[in-house]
Amino acid sequence: MSEQLIFERSRSGRMAAAQVPTPASDDGIPAAMRRQDAPILPQVSELQAVRHYTRLSQQNFSIDTHFYPLGSCTMKYNPRICNSLALLPGFAGRHPLGPESHGQGFLACMYDLQEMLAAVTGMEEFSLTPMAGAQGELAGVAMIRAYHVANGNEERDEIIVPDAAHGTNPATATMCGCKVKEIATGPDGDVDIEALKATLGPNTAGIMLTNPSTLGVFERRIMEISELVHDAGGLLYYDGANLNAILGKARPGDMGFDVIHLNLHKTFSTPHGGGGPGSGAVGVGETLKPFLPVPVVGKGKRKGEDYYHWLTETELPQSIGRLSGFMGNAGVLLRAYVYMRLVGRDGMRRIAEFATLNANYLEKRLKEAGFELAFPARRASHEFIVTLKNEAKELQVNAMDFAKALLDKGFHAPTTYFPLLVPECLLIEPTESETKEMVDRFVDALVEIREEAKTDAEQVKGAPYTTPVRRLDDVKAARQLDLVWHPGAPSD
Amino acid sequence: MPYIPHTEDEVAAMLGRIGADSIDDLFDEIPTELLISELNGVPEALSEQEISRMMRTRAAQDHGALCFIGAGAYEHHIPAPVWDIATRGEFYSAYTPYQAEASQGTLQTIYEYQTMMASLTGMDVSNASLYDGASSLAEASLMAVRANRKSKSLRVLLAAGVNQIYQGVASAIAGEQGLTFDRLPVDVNSGSTDLGAPKEQGDAPVAVVIQQPSFLGTYEDVDTLTDWAHEQGALVIAIVNPTSLAVLNAPGDWGSNGADIACGEGQALGVPLSSGGPYFGIMACKEKIVRQMPGRIVGRTTDLDGNPGFTLTLQAREQHIRRTKATSNICTNQGLMVTAATIYMSLLGPAGLARVALTSQQQTTKLIDLLASIPGVEKAFDAPHFHEAVIRFDRPVAPVLEALAKRDVLGGLDLSQNYPELGNALLLCATETKTDEDLETYRSALADVLAQENMGDA
Repeated sequence: MSEQLIFERSRSGRMAAAQVPTPASDDGIPAAMRRQDAPILPQVSELQAVRHYTRLSQQNFSIDTHFYPLGSCTMKYNPRICNSLALLPGFAGRHPLGPESHGQGFLACMYDLQEMLAAVTGMEEFSLTPMAGAQGELAGVAMIRAYHVANGNEERDEIIVPDAAHGTNPATATMCGCKVKEIATGPDGDVDIEALKATLGPNTAGIMLTNPSTLGVFERRIMEISELVHDAGGLLYYDGANLNAILGKARPGDMGFDVIHLNLHKTFSTPHGGGGPGSGAVGVGETLKPFLPVPVVGKGKRKGEDYYHWLTETELPQSIGRLSGFMGNAGVLLRAYVYMRLVGRDGMRRIAEFATLNANYLEKRLKEAGFELAFPARRASHEFIVTLKNEAKELQVNAMDFAKALLDKGFHAPTTYFPLLVPECLLIEPTESETKEMVDRFVDALVEIREEAKTDAEQVKGAPYTTPVRRLDDVKAARQLDLVWHPGAPSD
Repeated sequence: MPYIPHTEDEVAAMLGRIGADSIDDLFDEIPTELLISELNGVPEALSEQEISRMMRTRAAQDHGALCFIGAGAYEHHIPAPVWDIATRGEFYSAYTPYQAEASQGTLQTIYEYQTMMASLTGMDVSNASLYDGASSLAEASLMAVRANRKSKSLRVLLAAGVNQIYQGVASAIAGEQGLTFDRLPVDVNSGSTDLGAPKEQGDAPVAVVIQQPSFLGTYEDVDTLTDWAHEQGALVIAIVNPTSLAVLNAPGDWGSNGADIACGEGQALGVPLSSGGPYFGIMACKEKIVRQMPGRIVGRTTDLDGNPGFTLTLQAREQHIRRTKATSNICTNQGLMVTAATIYMSLLGPAGLARVALTSQQQTTKLIDLLASIPGVEKAFDAPHFHEAVIRFDRPVAPVLEALAKRDVLGGLDLSQNYPELGNALLLCATETKTDEDLETYRSALADVLAQENMGDA
């Protein structure tokens, strides 16, 4: 089933000739600088390359081919038109340092996008430059730090993070030179308010929250939390990973958040691309406006017409600075912009509504089928958690086994073993894109796997059987590192 | 309803099963004072036809100029198969390959990419990419601090040819952890690092960063700088342009022992200019420090049946496992860009990439020879260049560029603000995409602009 490596198809002297220019001579590089050994790049025909990567693509599960209920990742349909319009020659060919006069079309899209993101989140202003969620987080925490330093409160360097948070939250706080104070989650899934009160103090810089949280429930006491943190002199950071759940229904800005990052590759449907590119636009309220990362797009008038221009360190001297070589993942931003315009004002609300409907329906069906919910007393947001601790104990088939067995049934697995505080968990997010019948079939698949486990646990533990490879030896991968192919190495 | 498949009957059936009267009931845990009834500031939906027309108009506004700007982002021909295949849904709409068995396509592609990138840079290993070139320097610097256990310093010293924007970005990201960045002076005659200037100001650096070719398109004496850095106990970080590595000495071969980490911008390998992104950051290193490398890494291993397969590995470095102790907060890489770059490198091969590099270099030589023939224009350096070069005008650069832009020639990057020591200097670039006719278009436009200005008609 497996595909040879491209290097193994290589023959010395073969070339995709239509793709290469012919230099006038072999001159131009000083002899002392000249490379002696050619790099290991494949020498294949165009057809060989096309066939190889087409065949490799067929070894992937993807949204376009499979239901992909990966919790916290919002794997919704990525409309094709968003891609084709972002790749129009005027956009794809525009140099990032081209003059504003030759970028008005692009800049207009970016300005409109900033405005729309501010409107849906209830924030004041946006910067689009962070290149992924984690970089948006970095920008957010850096702004919080810059604010405290600017106010003479250098000592405020503690960032409070709930134990259910994404790993990027504590990692980000550390990258910003802050200390992480982890607080517990109560048995109902909400933040433990007493733990929060005990943690707040004169060194508090702020708190990072995801709402709805990674436990798939809305933080009901958010207004109380907001007041407590602000009273203690801290600021509130909103991790936008789960914005899909409340889009057009409730806004982080109204909840008292001072800064927010959005994952445009989640909520606004830009492609996940096998692990990126993402885009982590950041929005701020009044307090943090001066600290936004640059560049930002501004709008003025020239000869009576709208004229868009860059705002840089000159206009925002207190900015935390630049996070990318140019202006961030522009092509991703264009795709998000097209998506937002296609969905429109009413469509935003429908996204949250139908994502929530699918999640609650799926949750109810699994509960009726006898699976244990992590928070049965709570309303699911756009995702929810099933714990398979009973199955693990009684049938010796754990969450990972269920995940792998799902692959054989034609479903990508939900997120497994996250959040860390729920044992043997599956975090399931169906998104608004999926039909009722697809959700029903997913329930059937989980029920079937459990039945199979009752009769033949070993069979389930050996899954998957139908994928290009079976379960892989991760321990060997880490101990006997094989990260690059070498000529003469054993072939596949 | 765009992109929502539910029929009315299905909604009723689903609500019935849930035991809710309406969809609004599903939001009953959100405090009522937070619920909004209408979303202002977002326009009504457009149809696919309407948005297409609008975007075509906007894209056309930005299209049609002849571009001679480089400065870290390069226009190269992108073979048609690259994005045809990269945007297949199976690559485009998949996510991080957490379920390895269902992601072998992405994983094997990354393994092949790692092999190509390690070989291009002359390093032992490569990761699956970072966000972009500028942020790759921030990550490489943080990595050097972790890896250089002999040094307590947080000072990173940059050769003169390091992109100033990269320095700013590295400072914004890594400065939060106390790293400082300063640079060696430029020799205004050669456009390279002034090796004669005293280098031992301040603490011994934890790392020395060398960009080759330099931001100004010239060559650094990488062997001397590398050996000097190692003598100081510093690690060497190379910033590379991957196209140039088809013909230039790889960082792994610099000096006596080679650079320790290579990073840089990968965009030139099949990624469109697209106003600055998405691009991807290169990160490769010597095997002995691989556990300090940030970002996703793919390894080859075997499955239950003993067959070879690919999986994410060394995950113990990463944020979802280590949380506060992770090597970086990075979560995504730039997977789709790496897929495109891998296809690009496969189509070109070693000889094709070398031809792209040589043709670009030669077109730039032709261009500056042509331009320097115009009165009031001269070459800034008496030194060889790769596919970018600096010219100098006898007058301020900005008005000249503006006048060229009106003639739909984007003439290059004005250096006079950031490199005042170079005078009225302009950085320009011609790649294999520029024909001799294009070069002549630039020459005649510039001659025209300068002549008009001389007559006071600019």
